[in-house]
Amino acid sequence: MKDKNPKPATKSTGARNGAGVIIDFLKKSGVELVFGYPGGAVIPLYDALYDSGIRHILTRHEQAAIHAADGYARSTGRIGVVFATSGPGATNLVTGLANAHMDSVPLVAITGQVATTSLGSDSFQEADIYGISIPVTKYNYLVKDPRMLPKVLAEAFYLAGSGRPGPILVDVPKDIQTTVIDTPFPTKPVSIPGYIPRPPVDQKQVEAMVAALTMSRRPIVYLGGGATITGVAPEIIKIAESLDTAVATTLPAKGVFPDDHPLSLGLPGMHGTKYANLAINESDLILALGVRFDDRVVGDVRRFAPRAMVVHVDIDPAEIGKRLAPDIAVVGDLKTVLGLALKIVKPTEKSAWRKRIAQLKAEFPLFVPRSELEIKPQAVIKTLSDLTAGESIIVTDVGQHQMWAAQHYVSKKPRRFLSSGGLGTMGFGLPAAMGAQLALPGEKTVLITGDGSFQMNIQELATIREHNLPVKILILNNGCLGMVRQWQQFFFDHRHSESIFGFNPDFAKLAQVYGLSACRVKKPEEMDGAVRNLLAGDGPALLDVMVAREENVLPMIPPGMGQTDFYEEKG
Amino acid sequence: MKKLISILARNRPGVLSHVAGLITRRGYNVESIAAGPTEHPDITRITLVVAGDEHILEQVVRQFRKLIDVISVEVPSYGHALTGELALISISADSVIREEILNLATLLGLKVMDIQEDSLTLMAVGTAHTVDTAVVRFSAYSIKALARTGVVALPKPIPESG
Repeated sequence: MKDKNPKPATKSTGARNGAGVIIDFLKKSGVELVFGYPGGAVIPLYDALYDSGIRHILTRHEQAAIHAADGYARSTGRIGVVFATSGPGATNLVTGLANAHMDSVPLVAITGQVATTSLGSDSFQEADIYGISIPVTKYNYLVKDPRMLPKVLAEAFYLAGSGRPGPILVDVPKDIQTTVIDTPFPTKPVSIPGYIPRPPVDQKQVEAMVAALTMSRRPIVYLGGGATITGVAPEIIKIAESLDTAVATTLPAKGVFPDDHPLSLGLPGMHGTKYANLAINESDLILALGVRFDDRVVGDVRRFAPRAMVVHVDIDPAEIGKRLAPDIAVVGDLKTVLGLALKIVKPTEKSAWRKRIAQLKAEFPLFVPRSELEIKPQAVIKTLSDLTAGESIIVTDVGQHQMWAAQHYVSKKPRRFLSSGGLGTMGFGLPAAMGAQLALPGEKTVLITGDGSFQMNIQELATIREHNLPVKILILNNGCLGMVRQWQQFFFDHRHSESIFGFNPDFAKLAQVYGLSACRVKKPEEMDGAVRNLLAGDGPALLDVMVAREENVLPMIPPGMGQTDFYEEKG
Repeated sequence: MKKLISILARNRPGVLSHVAGLITRRGYNVESIAAGPTEHPDITRITLVVAGDEHILEQVVRQFRKLIDVISVEVPSYGHALTGELALISISADSVIREEILNLATLLGLKVMDIQEDSLTLMAVGTAHTVDTAVVRFSAYSIKALARTGVVALPKPIPESG
């Protein structure tokens, strides 16, 4: 293709084509790892990548590439980068964009597009990914002028990682990739009018928050994804311990506050611990940090924490009052807000509350069922938790296994429990585990998945084997879509419509064909040893655990119900 | 309750898509939307009339502020904004009632844009109230076609150009 240069390329050393601009920018920004899948509209980009020194992981599906970038980003806090071609390549990213958007994960997706001269003519592999991705990205670009590329890339990375993070899509037509430009990268830091990534914190609001917290007799911190993103684990521990505040950690916050801490309430909400929900119900102050009062946590918003004053801290003003009107709102970066708060907090003992928390935990413990006839999935998670001492990177898929993992895996560190929270994307697990393992090669990465979720991106076994990523795959195999089956049992009179698989392959044999070491376990007495073996080896491995089919995730608060409306299983 | 929302946004190709997409996605009830250039070539002004209760309107404003392209969002009360709207009203008018319609048009300060044998097209320009009044008055006749631009507004005092 003949390039239409907006300006003839000069002899300036800065001249390179658009694809080169992208690769130069990535190198300049310290990006060492990219996930992706080539195709017609990104061949120039891949050509520039070829001898760039940037590592590229070729997945077997674009969806897996973006989930892998997501896993990379979640485990490190760095920006994940993914390439895909136009049309189907780009549309295959949509689920991954939505997934990252819901959980505020910083990603930059660079997609190829048909040439600007063909845009809008329904040409081969053309899809309006700009239009499609508007509602599932923090922001997006279609680059129609090659000279804009340096500025767009700088903005994209700035937006992805700043403020409330999120995915950014940059759509780059093929002729933009091949046009030679000498436009330099902007030297000034990016500034976008009206975009305030770090809103100034109102000291008065912080003082009001601290006063409420100090006066409170039954305070609870309700911890959300914002706590993981801002890295406030030390601050939370200080607040909890100096003010005898119990801490409920939602899925994206798991690990920010150690699950084995006496003040930990574990998971609140639909499948949360009974003691977390009962404590919230008794609480007189909810300190909601980096949360969005999700329906899976709050249930019926009118019956959430009925006795409590609610203090909501979030960097995103649009979250304040979205679902629940707080009594005190603090807009700001959590790290800054808690830093200011800790300067003025006076330690206050609330021994009665501390006692009450201990009492609730003792009275309504999480139950790990055991059986000599079949393997109970909760027991598998418990075993894994004990064997890894809560030190591994745990990645989950979506469904029953995810909730059991959230309940029974004892996490102790932030960014070590990766799960698709907001979107609930089945198929997230395997690629996300790859991404996390590549980001942190020194750490043991365990994927907890189900036979349903696993088959949604099962092709990535090839990628895992190709790079010999020592991901340990633990399948809780119940032969059905367990969470759907459970809801059908509870709320649809056991009418198990399309939730039970008529066939599953032998996952262990399948994994062996892919070159993984793998086995299947059925007997309860062999489970412990099998999990040990899974964790012991150096390379990628899979353990297919045949678990009880009709096991349910309990406790459960049915959707839309109040905090203490626990579902009672009928006998 | 109806509110005026006045948005200043970066004049970029996708800005209307982002604004319109937000309205649909969050299920807001938008009565009119009008967009056009400002004194600054890089900035677009978008004026919306949104219906909803206080809580919803507060959310709308927050969500608009969150859009990356949006520079500022103001919610001026009608008393604190200069507003303007334009409507083209085409009315069936045979020779019998033509004069009556023309009289009413003069009274309301409407401009005649087109006269056909059996119809008249009038232009109403003014505040939203002026245009509403014209539309209501002429609905007693047979309106063949109606086009309204939607309200544009300038909050008072007029903001400094950015």
